[in-house]
Amino acid sequence: MEAEQIAKMIEEKFPGEVTGTVSHAGQIGVMVKPERIRDICRFLHDDPALRMDHLADVTAVDYSSYPADKGPRFEVVYNMISTSFRHRIRLKARVSGDNPRIDTVTPVWATANWHERETYDLMGIVFNGHPDLRRILLPEDWVGHPLRKEYPLKGY
Amino acid sequence: MSPTDTVQKETVQKEITLNMGPQHPATHGVLRLVLDLQGETVVNCDPRPGYLHRGIEKWMENRTYHQIIPITDRLEYITCMNNNLGYVVAVEKLAGITVPERAQFIRTLMAELTRLSGHLVWLGTHALDIGAMTVCMYTLRERELILDLTEIVTGARQTVSYVRIGGVRNDLPRDFFDKCREFTELFPKRLEDYDTLIKQNRIWLKRTKGIGVFTAEEAVNYGLTGGTLRGSGVNYDLRKVEPYAAYDKVEFDVPLGSEGDVYDRYLVRIEEMRQSNRIIRQCLDMMQPGPITTDDPRYAIPEKVQVMQNMQNLAHQFVLMSKWVPMPKGEVYVATEAPKGELGFYIVSDGSGRPYRIKIRAPSYVHIGALPKMVTGHMVADVIACIGTIDIVLGECDR
Repeated sequence: MEAEQIAKMIEEKFPGEVTGTVSHAGQIGVMVKPERIRDICRFLHDDPALRMDHLADVTAVDYSSYPADKGPRFEVVYNMISTSFRHRIRLKARVSGDNPRIDTVTPVWATANWHERETYDLMGIVFNGHPDLRRILLPEDWVGHPLRKEYPLKGY
Repeated sequence: MSPTDTVQKETVQKEITLNMGPQHPATHGVLRLVLDLQGETVVNCDPRPGYLHRGIEKWMENRTYHQIIPITDRLEYITCMNNNLGYVVAVEKLAGITVPERAQFIRTLMAELTRLSGHLVWLGTHALDIGAMTVCMYTLRERELILDLTEIVTGARQTVSYVRIGGVRNDLPRDFFDKCREFTELFPKRLEDYDTLIKQNRIWLKRTKGIGVFTAEEAVNYGLTGGTLRGSGVNYDLRKVEPYAAYDKVEFDVPLGSEGDVYDRYLVRIEEMRQSNRIIRQCLDMMQPGPITTDDPRYAIPEKVQVMQNMQNLAHQFVLMSKWVPMPKGEVYVATEAPKGELGFYIVSDGSGRPYRIKIRAPSYVHIGALPKMVTGHMVADVIACIGTIDIVLGECDR
């Protein structure tokens, strides 16, 4: 299935949740509101016509120093593909910079557990309902989240 | 009940916590596991990665697109060519750069040679961990031949930085072809030798069959990729799903397992080596003379001779090397089939010569995440077999 069709299916199933789509080099990113992210992911995973069973990656981007960007500071990004139908889609949800929170999708894909722990560790996004939200790559007593743009490259 | 009986009963019931690593010969680097044991049975496993964390993603945000290529060598340092390729393919997708056919064949050829090298290290160390020491001596001997071939082409045995945005650094030297052909004729015989060592070995079968079982559904749910996933019988190979380089022009099969245990994953990777050998032969036969870098004047790095003779080329080379050229705004996620599994690069560009954000989807990281599920309920000795079978390198996991 084409990525545009998948974006349309999400919009039909969850009216008002999709805030737009971005497209570059033939890849489609669907912007959604963060509140119902787990329901959307559950739908993408379970729907027999979509079957997005392989969550390739979860990450976050800090848009605080992106030129002319006006949205909330962080964006949580989900890259997924269906191993049977071989179609891809990218979900993007903006969360605020003051208290970045979004629901975990670990109940949908077990692999999200470690991706979300890494995103919490390096970017400081809190995943509500995560079973084991600890730092993973940095030591337990580390202060700060290094992938945020204000974090210095050296001299720390 | 005698007093000794009571003592024995208490000893068996007590759960102990065992720290394994980060310095341990069977953890393939600096992996640390915290194991909760009931007797010799693992009841819980908590991997603690991060001992090799160098902040590579942060580092990449502060380098130009060209300067990032050597950093990718330091991810999965056994098969650096595949990391170079994965990154460069993603950048080319971002900027819409087309690559000439000869360069595509060279990339495919070198990537498959490196895949063989990576699988040989895997087979040797995996067998060594389980107790079959001889295999390692043989596989490292053949790996030496591959490193020699790599050296002829790139000048380096490891950390090659050979793939360039828009092509490759230099053409294959003339003496490479004969030596490579010689290797492809020798290698299948050597694979048979490895089979005679362990394929039917009773100890090997006892240690690998029925261990670390993942059903197809579980394997996909846990994000496993590469040979680790295909051992469970899921036909998902990115060289077929989303062909890059010249993989759509060569013929090869995707071997699949059925049981999803350590033994099936071993069989899958051995067969993958035969297929890689087949791809290398086809590349040697199908390669035609032609340019090795893109003809897009914005991204093509001028040849050295032209730089020395022409002022314009000199200036352009200086710009490319020092700050690169503005790239289109946008974002891509491009995944390639590295020897360990799906190596993905998610690149966000803000239109400058430096990436705004790069996320590396490292297969080793995801595979270690699945390790607790794999080892729980097994014996301590099986943990070693499971670490071997998920085929990890900690440089890539910790980044």
